[in-house]
Amino acid sequence: MLAGGTDFYPSRVGRTIEEDVLDIGGIAVLRGISATVDGWRLGATTTWSEVIAADLPPLFNGLKQAAREVGGRQIQNAGTLAGNLCNASPAADGVPCLLTLDAEVEIASRMTTRRMPLGQFISGVRRTVLAPGELVIAFHVPNPRHSARSAFLKLGARRYLVISIAMVAATLEIAEDRIATARIAVGACSAVAQRLPALEAALLGAPVDGYLADRIDRAHLAPLAPIDDVRGSADYRRDAALVLLRRLLAGFAA
Amino acid sequence: MKMNFTLNGAVASWSGPPVTRLAAALRDDLGLTGTKIGCDAGDCGACTVLLDNQQVCSCLVAMGQVEGRSVETVEGLETTDGGLSRLQDAFLACGAAQCGICTPGMLMASEDLLRRSPQPDRAEIEEALGGVLCRCTGYSKIVDAVLAASQAPMPRVSPPAGGAVGARIVRVDGHAKVTGRDRFGADGIPGDALWIRVVRSPHARARFELGDLAPLHGRLAAVLTASDVPFNGFGIYPDIKDQPVLADGIVRFRGEAMVALVGDRASVLSVRDDEVPVAWAIELPVIGIDAATAADAPQVQVGRPKNLLLDGGVRCGDASAAFAGCAAVAEGVFETTFVEHAYIEPEAGWAERVGDRIEIHVTTQTPYMDRDEIASVMQLSRESVRIVPTACGGGFGGKLDLSVQPLVALAAWRLKRPVACVYTRPESMAATTKRHPARVSAKFGCDAAGKLVACDIRATFDTGAYASWGPTVANRVPVHAMGPYAMPNVRSWGEAFFTNGPPAGAFRGFGVPQAAIAHEAMMDGLADRLGIDRLEFRHRNALRAGDTTATGQVLAHSAGLAECLDALRPHWRKAHVEVAAFNAGGGNKRRGVGIGCMWYGIGNTSMSNPSIIRVGLSPAGTLTLYNGAVDIGQGSNTILTQIAADALGLPAAQFALVSGDTDLTADAGKTSASRQTFVSGKAAEGAGQDLRRQILRLANAGADAVLSLEGARLLVRDGAEVRTIDLAVAGPLIGEGTFDPPTTPLDADGQGVPYATYAFAAQMATVEVDLDLGTVKVLRIVAAHDVGRAINPTLVEGQIEGGIAQGLGLALMEEFLPGRTENLHDYLIPTIGDVPEIECILIEDREPLGPSGAKGVGEPGLVPTAPAILGAVHHATGVRATRVPLLPHRLHEAIVAAKGKLQ
Repeated sequence: MLAGGTDFYPSRVGRTIEEDVLDIGGIAVLRGISATVDGWRLGATTTWSEVIAADLPPLFNGLKQAAREVGGRQIQNAGTLAGNLCNASPAADGVPCLLTLDAEVEIASRMTTRRMPLGQFISGVRRTVLAPGELVIAFHVPNPRHSARSAFLKLGARRYLVISIAMVAATLEIAEDRIATARIAVGACSAVAQRLPALEAALLGAPVDGYLADRIDRAHLAPLAPIDDVRGSADYRRDAALVLLRRLLAGFAA
Repeated sequence: MKMNFTLNGAVASWSGPPVTRLAAALRDDLGLTGTKIGCDAGDCGACTVLLDNQQVCSCLVAMGQVEGRSVETVEGLETTDGGLSRLQDAFLACGAAQCGICTPGMLMASEDLLRRSPQPDRAEIEEALGGVLCRCTGYSKIVDAVLAASQAPMPRVSPPAGGAVGARIVRVDGHAKVTGRDRFGADGIPGDALWIRVVRSPHARARFELGDLAPLHGRLAAVLTASDVPFNGFGIYPDIKDQPVLADGIVRFRGEAMVALVGDRASVLSVRDDEVPVAWAIELPVIGIDAATAADAPQVQVGRPKNLLLDGGVRCGDASAAFAGCAAVAEGVFETTFVEHAYIEPEAGWAERVGDRIEIHVTTQTPYMDRDEIASVMQLSRESVRIVPTACGGGFGGKLDLSVQPLVALAAWRLKRPVACVYTRPESMAATTKRHPARVSAKFGCDAAGKLVACDIRATFDTGAYASWGPTVANRVPVHAMGPYAMPNVRSWGEAFFTNGPPAGAFRGFGVPQAAIAHEAMMDGLADRLGIDRLEFRHRNALRAGDTTATGQVLAHSAGLAECLDALRPHWRKAHVEVAAFNAGGGNKRRGVGIGCMWYGIGNTSMSNPSIIRVGLSPAGTLTLYNGAVDIGQGSNTILTQIAADALGLPAAQFALVSGDTDLTADAGKTSASRQTFVSGKAAEGAGQDLRRQILRLANAGADAVLSLEGARLLVRDGAEVRTIDLAVAGPLIGEGTFDPPTTPLDADGQGVPYATYAFAAQMATVEVDLDLGTVKVLRIVAAHDVGRAINPTLVEGQIEGGIAQGLGLALMEEFLPGRTENLHDYLIPTIGDVPEIECILIEDREPLGPSGAKGVGEPGLVPTAPAILGAVHHATGVRATRVPLLPHRLHEAIVAAKGKLQ
């Protein structure tokens, strides 16, 4: 399967491509962002640049921030949302944001389509639940019930073209100056990006003020299982995730 | 399948498999080799083109997706009348292209930006160019060029006769670099060439037996193994030919070449490694210095007991005794890792047999050494080998060793067909040399007045599986390891051990950058202990003209470190005030200022390294510099032209250039050791003077006569008299110059004159450390370099800025781990967003031996950078890094540990 090519070609350096390839890059209906009755539809082959350029509500601020952190501009112009998801890298920059947007994945096969929550789609490192003959065609992001904003932070060892050491995303819905719903996710700190339900629960009802970051407790990071690799140690990742989360939440109050 | 699209504004079509990469189609089928391939993985951006007005990596675009769209490449940038676009002109004028391999990608990314935002600011430029890596420039002059592109065109500097030295003329080879016409190693491969793919060892240490290769013969033109190599050993030193071209039953590092598959390109690519039958006996590899020096360590090479390649050092005075009387002593152990050159052009070249000679077109830093080595490997006479250097897309020491040369030569010789080989990025990273990992133990002592008294340094290097340039590193470092300071009592030891790591070879600085991390930490430590400002402490101890070095050499001239420090002082004081004000604000960020100094001996260590340069004037009046010194981006083509022009007395603009070809030029040595300006430059000066003498004799004119070349007529104005030389009659005229810097051998205590001259420098860095995340952002660098004389200030600054970017990488992010960081997304080099604004200050303390007083600057730019950054991190946090790269998790750990100690 080929769309933006940003994962397809790098895994085939210095060898001939002999396998059958389905290029979905030219299918117009798979591309673009549109409002639906109950939310937003993001076509599978929508590029990061298109996300950045799209006129979207503050709900998508985090996704736009993530889009700007994907590779360099060339990659943003080619790489697609669904490619990022289906490649299923633990460090996929788009996944934490889409998790906090409560996105659903729409999957089509010849006979039928089905939808599932994004959190169930990636089953492990470089693994998804996609069955043979199936294709991700879109993401669906529901309208929030309240006024909503999202944000994203990424940590890497250099400025551009960098694989995340850790990244965090949050979407907060605010009603009557208090947090009505919080969705928070961390990437590159476990095989699959993880939501942090305990932290989300701890934030409910809190005012969005300068003390928001103080509500985070190290225990909230329990779902994370970071590893040691060339980019950082497991302990560092855990500490960094905590720091990034505090800054992310402080940013909402700023 | 046929694709129709628009290519640089014209209708185009292409037929082939739709999954073909756009980059490959452009280069291989459409003849547009201006688009470069650096990684084929979207990591470097060299192949950036515009697709429907948007920059993309053409290595990631399927031809099937190009149908009906618009593709624009560097070849489409020129104006309709064939002139340079404003952007190209700005790149040329600002010196934004050095080697030129990233230039097409940089241009296209900039073009994308300028169409969206015609007057961009620096932040926009960084965003737009963040996806293109440059290893040469440090990005400064690229930013300048993009800013300049929206301004009025800069007037071109075109100095008259006698005014070339010191002028910022544009690169003489620059036009080809900004138009994409320059031909690099992979750009001129004949269409009928066969290709080589090398099968390499996945194991660091193993014995192996090849099985039946007969099934492969049907698919390929040849399958070369060790037994096909007439003399299967190469190496830098005449007496150490320890690296096989193709491994013979034993592999000693991961990535070692075993089998060369030769055939048409598709066929060699289609053979999978596991189709080559190998029976392995894997052994436990010797990884790292400790494993190599363990009592029961297995030997990496037969005949190398204790895995020792070489050791030796410099001794003067009595260091052990002198420490007892010191008022302050500092000690530390510092470790560095393998570092990859990461030039954006992977190794590439091709060979063809011409009668009884073999001609090799290759990207190289050293055509004459290549010639001699190929003659040795193939057991041919030197005269039977011709090396034709292509443009070199970055070298930094990594293209001083053989790579594709012996393979393409052997195959072309045997098959009597052109044969090419282009390394993939992972292959380039796995198979070629690296910077030596080092462990430097240092102890420095000074008296109460802050004058250095003694030092004891032991620098231990991991030289990897083969010797390569290991002896050079082990010899050079003891001379430099005390730093550029007057030091009466010295014990300085260097040693290199074989391991099953990649061969460690030459990399910008030959071990001195590693040693500088140690000596500068010692200088900070002593200054802090005595409460003396770190800059002033260095100033107090700086080597000056008239001082004697630890090898007993009296520096008669040109030792401008104190002047460099004087130049930094106002920046240093201002930065300290600013940093203190910032830090007073509290928060989780801390700023710091650091300083690093260095000295660097120009040319080979105590070994002859002559250059011969010729300047010719043909009967038709063509004035040509015959330059055997390869320009790998640093600018020697231009520098040598400027020097020769002034020595001869004609304008630099009148020179044509023949570069590097071993049939057409004389041996000007290798492009390494920062030697080309000093050594080949002196030879170019001699060649210009020699030709001038001949002309003056012909015209019977006096020494002050003024020359002008008008077609085939050479006018010689001597006072009021004008004589005309008809070159059609008098020509050809050839001037020749030669220079070998005067040195003497070092004795058992390292006493002697290892180098004829030394470069000196001091750099300061301002950094911001995120205390919670351990990240370091370098905010500013000010670099003061004593270069003797800046022949071309733009090119000198380019060397310093590029060196700084590599020094920043060494300090903060670069770590080559075999099998783990063999690509440009796991192995990180600085992007445009990581290199700060750099201010260069050129100190010109003339060296009487050098051309117009010039020394060298190629390596010095890199040496003080990491020490300055690490000193700044210490100033900001109190953490003294003892291991580089100082990755965020390492600094974070150290900050946490230091906090723990405080509590």
